[in-house]
Amino acid sequence: MSNLTVSNIARTPGDARVDLVLMAEMIDRGARVLDVGCGDGELLRLLGESRDVDGRGIELSREGVNECVAKGLAVIQGDADTDLADYPDDAFDYVILSQTLQATRHPRVVLEHMLRIGRRAVVSFPNFGHWQVRLQLLFAGHMPQTDILPYSWYDTPNIHHCTIKDFRQLCEATGVKMEKGVALNAWGSPLRLNAPWWFWNLFGEQAVFLLSRKS
Amino acid sequence: MVEANLTSQREAAEAPREADDPRDSLVVRFGPDKPLKLDAGVELSPFQIAYKTYGTLNAARTNAVLVCHALTGDQHVASDHPVTGKGGWWETMVGPGKPIDTERYFVICPNVVGGCMGTTGPASTNPKTDKPWGLEFPVVTVRDMVRAQAMLLDHLGIETLFSVVGGSMGGMQVLQWAASYPSRVFSVLPIACATRHSAQNIAFHEVGRQAIMADPEWRRGRYQLEGTFPRRGLSVARMGAHITYLSDAALHRKFGRKFQDRENPTFSFDADFEVESYLRHQGISFVERFDANSYLYLTRAMDYFDLAADCGGVLANAFKGTPTRFCVISFTSDWLFPTSESRAIVHALNASSARVSFAEIVTDKGHDAFLLDEPELFAIVRGFLDGAGNARGLARQNIAAKS
Repeated sequence: MSNLTVSNIARTPGDARVDLVLMAEMIDRGARVLDVGCGDGELLRLLGESRDVDGRGIELSREGVNECVAKGLAVIQGDADTDLADYPDDAFDYVILSQTLQATRHPRVVLEHMLRIGRRAVVSFPNFGHWQVRLQLLFAGHMPQTDILPYSWYDTPNIHHCTIKDFRQLCEATGVKMEKGVALNAWGSPLRLNAPWWFWNLFGEQAVFLLSRKS
Repeated sequence: MVEANLTSQREAAEAPREADDPRDSLVVRFGPDKPLKLDAGVELSPFQIAYKTYGTLNAARTNAVLVCHALTGDQHVASDHPVTGKGGWWETMVGPGKPIDTERYFVICPNVVGGCMGTTGPASTNPKTDKPWGLEFPVVTVRDMVRAQAMLLDHLGIETLFSVVGGSMGGMQVLQWAASYPSRVFSVLPIACATRHSAQNIAFHEVGRQAIMADPEWRRGRYQLEGTFPRRGLSVARMGAHITYLSDAALHRKFGRKFQDRENPTFSFDADFEVESYLRHQGISFVERFDANSYLYLTRAMDYFDLAADCGGVLANAFKGTPTRFCVISFTSDWLFPTSESRAIVHALNASSARVSFAEIVTDKGHDAFLLDEPELFAIVRGFLDGAGNARGLARQNIAAKS
């Protein structure tokens, strides 16, 4: 489900993916966490090691699941679109969706489930409003392909692309509060916090948001 | 073939001896003060449990792993079988440096109640009559098996198990352990199993039982008294069951339509095909080591297994608030206990917010895959137990085991 070619993602000097480190920093120590689309378990491992988190994962690909379980992580094979409904309310402190939102069939339903199961949600996604994406469509006239969106239009798992602006609107429509947000530029550096939204939407290659329920 | 039949006759005569006085096994005898309360509403007393152990119990008594055997398995999980002389049935999984590492864990493998390898069952001598129990033996359930195992652990002074592991009927016991004694099990590994026996599986078992009971040598279960043994019936039961443990693809890969030691069909009912010869061999070698009545009782125990029914029909109630770590494993080509059954377990565990891992392994080897050389299975079992062991604070290598 985690559909990024991992080597294409910016990494910290410690060889951890920058977006994962940013997500980990949003999570309280010792929290109960469900990572939806946990891939090979890199984030769960990072959370376990650096934040002492009680982590669980769901992953669509069998290879990913078996790799995770063999690493001692509590991961099951499942689909964000169908299997989140099985979880009871408030089962987790955080539900994470890392680079997976755009690959779900019903992003809005998935987001609603995440904030039903967890008190908070952390979502990261590639920003389709990034200038490189815009320029490719505008000048080259083909579906954009970038480092973090490497697929051709006909074999991409990403069926619901969105921009940072789009995602803000989804959060408003579903009554979700954005508590924190970080946008990363193409080199994996966080953009200035005081930058206006249009700037994030244009120069953020990917974004990470900490969300909570609007009370 | 004639020679094989003679051997099996001889070995069958030895069966009651093995049932009362098992070789190469430890035995605990529970006297009248410690009866086994059965689901059937009666008490089994006195009774005995035969078991084997591997590795060493650590000082804190926290590294015990209970291995539950399947329908036709026994306590000889990682050492030679006293009747057949063959290696242990799970030698690839249990041993020094193996996924269930006996240098780290203390492995206990008991024979189930109703079995025929030293734990009290229909082939054992009924102390009240001094004759074999036969069909006088009460019908037992998977829960009874687990209750007896808990008594064994009490006897051994082991309060909590680090893990309970098993496949097929062993997996049913694993699930029953998690449901009956959640605070006594730190982790569980149910493999290729289900929380209830399906109608199709009950149907297959019924065919096997009918084959045994249709054999004139069965003598209404009194064959031990009358000096016979329903070899043909038990052998046919095993042949039928064995097909359900494999898969179409595996049978095709192994045998296809190949002839056995001949170029052309004989136009007779000899075992022309390799697959026939293989099945006959499976049947014949099985009667060497297994009691026919025991087969009736254990298949019945599996049929009765329905964990949700014990919990008001809601499976999630069986695991409500469980502190146990679960690792559920299934195999793609297992049509006896298909992945959908394992998924039902996982859904129930999710609804209970349990800590659960679930992996499906791609193989064409069918249900039997859990006993075979499946590197991915070994990696997953090893990884899960390693992770749980670290969480439990178990030393990577048991100090006592080294001395």
